[in-house]
Amino acid sequence: MSLTPTRQPIIPKIKRETIKKLIKKGERIDGRKLEEYRPIEIILNPIPKAEGSAWVKLGNTIVMTGIKLEVGTPYSDRPNEGVLQVHAEFVPLASPTFEPGPPDENAIETARVIDRSLREPRAIRLEDLVIIPGRKVWLVFNDIYLIDHDGNIIDAGMLSSMLALNLAKIPKIVSIEDDNVVIDKTVKETPLPLNLNVVTVTIGLIDEIPLVDPLLEEELVIDSKITIAFDEKGRITGIQKAGMKGIRTPVLDEVVDIASKKASELHELLRKVLSNPENYMKTLI
Amino acid sequence: MEKPVLIREDGLRHDGRKPDELRPIKMDVGILKNADGSAYVEYGGTKVIAAVYGPREVYPRHLALPDRALIRCRYHMAPFSTSDRKSPAPSRREIELSKVIREALEAVVFTELYPRTTIDVFIEVLQADGGTRTAGLTAASLALADAGIPMKDLVAGVAVGKVDGVIVLDIDEVEDEFGEADMPIGYAAGIEEIVLLQLNGVLTREEFVKALELAKKGAEQIYKLMKETLHKKYLKVLSE
Amino acid sequence: MRLRILVADRQIVRPGDLLAEIEDSTEHLEERIIPEKHIYIKDKKIYSDTIGLATITDNDVHVIPLEGVYFPKKDDIVIGLVVGVGITNWIIDIRAPYKAILNGSEVIEGFNPIQHNLRDYLDIGEYILAKITIFDRTRDPILTIKGKGLGKITEGAIIEVKPSRIARIIGKKGSMLNLLVTKTGCNIIVAQNGVIWARCPDNNKLDILVKAIKRIEEKAHMRGLTEEIRLFLEKELEEKREK
Repeated sequence: MSLTPTRQPIIPKIKRETIKKLIKKGERIDGRKLEEYRPIEIILNPIPKAEGSAWVKLGNTIVMTGIKLEVGTPYSDRPNEGVLQVHAEFVPLASPTFEPGPPDENAIETARVIDRSLREPRAIRLEDLVIIPGRKVWLVFNDIYLIDHDGNIIDAGMLSSMLALNLAKIPKIVSIEDDNVVIDKTVKETPLPLNLNVVTVTIGLIDEIPLVDPLLEEELVIDSKITIAFDEKGRITGIQKAGMKGIRTPVLDEVVDIASKKASELHELLRKVLSNPENYMKTLI
Repeated sequence: MEKPVLIREDGLRHDGRKPDELRPIKMDVGILKNADGSAYVEYGGTKVIAAVYGPREVYPRHLALPDRALIRCRYHMAPFSTSDRKSPAPSRREIELSKVIREALEAVVFTELYPRTTIDVFIEVLQADGGTRTAGLTAASLALADAGIPMKDLVAGVAVGKVDGVIVLDIDEVEDEFGEADMPIGYAAGIEEIVLLQLNGVLTREEFVKALELAKKGAEQIYKLMKETLHKKYLKVLSE
Repeated sequence: MRLRILVADRQIVRPGDLLAEIEDSTEHLEERIIPEKHIYIKDKKIYSDTIGLATITDNDVHVIPLEGVYFPKKDDIVIGLVVGVGITNWIIDIRAPYKAILNGSEVIEGFNPIQHNLRDYLDIGEYILAKITIFDRTRDPILTIKGKGLGKITEGAIIEVKPSRIARIIGKKGSMLNLLVTKTGCNIIVAQNGVIWARCPDNNKLDILVKAIKRIEEKAHMRGLTEEIRLFLEKELEEKREK
């Protein structure tokens, strides 16, 4: 059951007015322009024990994604495909407003939006993840961990997921006897087979003015928010509107336009990072 | 996986350490923006992050204690932290470890200064390679200090074990899995009090005494490092 | 009580650090904590209970914390945010472990809950400058806005800092605060709970003030800070003038 949020942090009126005043001048409270992303820091493979991992800091929002590959049974309606599962944990570390417990509707929404954006365009070649046709396949667990919340969890989550998936390596299969598959996780050589990369661009709207990559404070003021997923070819592979106000069509058109431009920039960033991964393989501290 | 050689012929452990040697340890505080206090700790391949919120109000209100702060402690492992993916739901082990870590912190935090509030401590294990509860306790203690919460002392956690008959310090996952005993301790080295103590395995009385001495020595080294880390936080600004 | 002090003045100390030993007392001193001084005594030894600066005065040692939440005290001036409205009172967030209460009768003459709607006078999301009139361990702090300069904040900027830095922002005998006021021309009210209300002649001056305050926050434990801030302000104001 979904409830109207009752315990949202209160944003001071002075701040709300300042945000609205500034955006009419094309500025934001952290000095950015309306269409600008916050600085992005990336660390690849911070968790060497996982099959793949990436740490993304978008402004002050920190998200870590870990990829685990396990042997399991396929879905009964897709017997010759590997299985992708995307989960998100908004751990209580990340914000004074998060309580310990199972994922709430926001965490689940985040996970499912990212899941759909990957699944629909078939970003992962699930058909290449079969071990014993119809019986044993690779299960790809994409676990998104929010570690510090300062807004726009979805874009940071999508970016870290895509990077982690690109870095993921499949453990070696040691033996297959009947239905028993023995793997050795200390040997990981084969890259996870991917078809394409996907990014999401999240835009908030205040008085119909679009703000790219909303800060947490902005998220408390915006009327609504749209997340659009794009693959490298510029196709839209997912959309999610959030927020409790409606959007007029011309505004939506403008948002899609801006999102498409920003998506190219994010794909460019992915290309840059993935062509020189060693530069980004630092330790966390 | 078959049992590897835990103590080599030259007396060194499977990763080349001496029996009384700690793994490389890294620590840092104040790494999160939202939390009132935070810390990141590495014991070799074990990587944990801890955050503290509080003292703050308790919801629901009826849980509050009239004359002291509650401590709520959650030890949790990320699904990607272990060899096999771990379900995010709290396991019985995580629930038990949350309790022993909380009780260790209760021994040093001056909870009577903040009646009707809660001090929340959240520990997340990002990568597990043995000694996660002890690294977690160390990180929690640093995060509490970073948050300015009054305490009697810092607490350093470390685990000793018995592998191939030899008492060793700071066991990793391999030594934990294939060794004969695993004894984690939490030690407030300044006031010389043991605030966490468990044993999983078998030790003779003499081995126990030896193990405890070794554990305390190891904890003292970690304790010193913790003090330096807290000091460094302010030195950083001085050098600019 | 004679003490053998083992730390230097302004030395950074941490929880459990030994500050001093009690020399002459032969009676058994029971273990006790002295919260205001951030020390505790055990076995004739004095320890710090927090991360802070050791401060030595005469033959006494205490610790000024470098971190920690604001803990309410009677008569403190605070700046709070209205976060809730009941039938007879507002609920105010004063950045403390407890929410504070402002009663309707404090604000409205002849307050009658049937007649008067609290939100018409003070709404959620508005700031107030107030004083704590009552606070003890059994209940939440009670505020008043009856007093010179107290009341709803309708203009200017609100700056949040660590409460532990407020003393440094005010400075010895107000020296740092004076410096900020005279150099920037801003009207500055510093509240004990780590909130600052500034009314500045223009946005440039506000920017410079915010930068200066953040600097003081970071370097609060260092010596010669007032002088450094003076130079910093002069440089910034010079540059802005040239633009």
